[in-house]
Amino acid sequence: MAIRRGRGVAAINYPTGMNLGGDPSQALVHSTPTGNFMVTLSSVDLGQGLKQVMAQICAETIGVPTEQVIIDTADTDTGPHCMGTFASRGTHRIGNAVVQAAREARQVMLEVAAEALEVNASDLETDGTGNIHVKGAPQKSISIFDTALTAHFKLGRSISGRGMFLVPRSYPEVETGAMKPSTCYAHACTVVDVEVDDETGEVTVVSVKNVFEIGRALNPKMVEQQLVGGSWMGISHALYETTEPYYPSREHGGTDFNEYLMPGPGDLADTEIIVLERPAADGPYGAKGPGEMCANPQIPAVANAVFDAVGVRIDMLPITPERILRALKEQRAA
Amino acid sequence: MGVAREEKRMAKVPIQFVLNGDEKAEFVESGSTLLKVLREKLGDTSPKGGCHQGTCGTCSVLVDGELRLSCLTLAETCEGASVTTTAGLAEGGVLHPLQRAFQEGFATQCGFCTPGMIMAAKALLDRVPNPTREEVVDAISGNICRCTGYEPIIRAILSAARSNSHHAA
Repeated sequence: MAIRRGRGVAAINYPTGMNLGGDPSQALVHSTPTGNFMVTLSSVDLGQGLKQVMAQICAETIGVPTEQVIIDTADTDTGPHCMGTFASRGTHRIGNAVVQAAREARQVMLEVAAEALEVNASDLETDGTGNIHVKGAPQKSISIFDTALTAHFKLGRSISGRGMFLVPRSYPEVETGAMKPSTCYAHACTVVDVEVDDETGEVTVVSVKNVFEIGRALNPKMVEQQLVGGSWMGISHALYETTEPYYPSREHGGTDFNEYLMPGPGDLADTEIIVLERPAADGPYGAKGPGEMCANPQIPAVANAVFDAVGVRIDMLPITPERILRALKEQRAA
Repeated sequence: MGVAREEKRMAKVPIQFVLNGDEKAEFVESGSTLLKVLREKLGDTSPKGGCHQGTCGTCSVLVDGELRLSCLTLAETCEGASVTTTAGLAEGGVLHPLQRAFQEGFATQCGFCTPGMIMAAKALLDRVPNPTREEVVDAISGNICRCTGYEPIIRAILSAARSNSHHAA
C-alpha cells in the first residue's frame, strides 16, 4: 500500500452560446441629455461582470469613457429580447448586439456633431475622452455633452441605436445527425498532478496547470478571476461534488447543502492560469465565452491522472475514494 | 380560529445593543435570530442569510469583537453588546483596508460570501495583525465561496494585513 503519483492531461473545445432558435440577443442604446449613454438589456448580471464588460464594449464602440455608459438590465417584461445569461453566451452574444446598437448610435452622434460643426460626418472622429473633432484638426471640436444637447434641443433627434445578434439556424442532417451547434469555440488544456492513496482511495491534487484560449480578454482581471475560480470548480466537480457522496446507499447521502462537499480554502492545489488570445472572427472585439469552459478540462485531466497513478479508469463523477477502491479491487481480482 | 391566533401571539421583548457605534432599541419576537433583527428590523442587510444552519458563514458578524454566526445567535443574547457588521467598517466613505484589498484583489465575484469573509478576516486581523497563510486559511474555513476558488480571498486578506502593518510602521 502506497501513495502513488500520476499526471493527467486533457484538452477541450467549448462552444460559446448555442444554436437554439438562433440564440438571439438584442440591445438598445440611447444618449441621455448630458451625453451619457444608456444601454438597455434584459440580460441579467448575476455576478459574472456582464454590466462592466457591456459598458466597456459600448464605450469602445461609441468612443466615450466607460464611466459615461450606464447599463440597465431592466427585466424581461420590458427590455429588449435576450435568451439569457447562460451557456457562456453573455460576452459574445449580448456584446455583439451592443456593438451593433452602439455603432448606429455613434453614427447619429457624428451626424449631429457634423451639423453643429458644419462639416461632413465622415470627417469626424472621437478622442475617447468625451469629445468629437475633425480628423487632423483637433481644434475644431465639440464635446459629446454639447452634441447631445444639440440633438435634444435643436435638431430634435434621438442619438440612439438598435442592435441584435442572431446566428443562422442549423438543422441536423437527417442521415448523420450532424449540425453546427455553435459559431464560436473557446479552447483549454489542463495538466493535473495527483497523489492517490491506494489504501484509502483518497486523491490529493498537487498541481493544476491550465491554458485557456478565450479569443480576447476584454477585462483581463475579471477573466483571470473567472478562470481561477473555474479551475477550482473543475477540481470540485472531478473529486467532490455530488448529492450522494462517498456512500453506497442514498440514505447515507447528503440531505442539504451542509453535507454537499466542495474543496475549502485548506484543500487548494497549486494552480496556474495562462491566457491565450486568438480573436474570434465573429466575437465583439474578438471575445469568446470564457464562462463555463474554464471548469471543464480539469475533470478528464483528473480522471487521466488517477489512471496514470493507479491504473484504474473511473468513468463516474465524482471520482470518490469508494469508486477508486472498488476499481482497484476489481483490478486485483482480474 | 381567532382564538388560536390569539394563543399563538407572543409578547415582543425589548432589546438594546450598539450596532456599528449607534445605539439601537427594538421590540423583537422572542427567539428571533440576530440576523433577522439586523436585516428585517434594523435594515442592515450587509450580513447575508445563506444556509441558516451555521455552515456557510456569510451571516458572520462581530459581537463584542468576537466572530459570531448571526443566523445561530439569538438576538436577546446580544442585549447590551456591541455588534459590528461589514456595513460599519467604512469610515466617512473611506473603505476599510480589508474592503479595499478585496476590491483591488478581485476577491469578490457574485459577492454573496464577501461580508462573511471580511468579518472572519477582521476577527483574525484584530487578534493576529500579521497572520501566516495557514492562519488565514484557518480563519475563513467556516466560510463557503462558490465563485473565486478562495485563492484571491486568501491573497486579499494577506495584502490587507501587510498594508495595515505598513500604516502602523
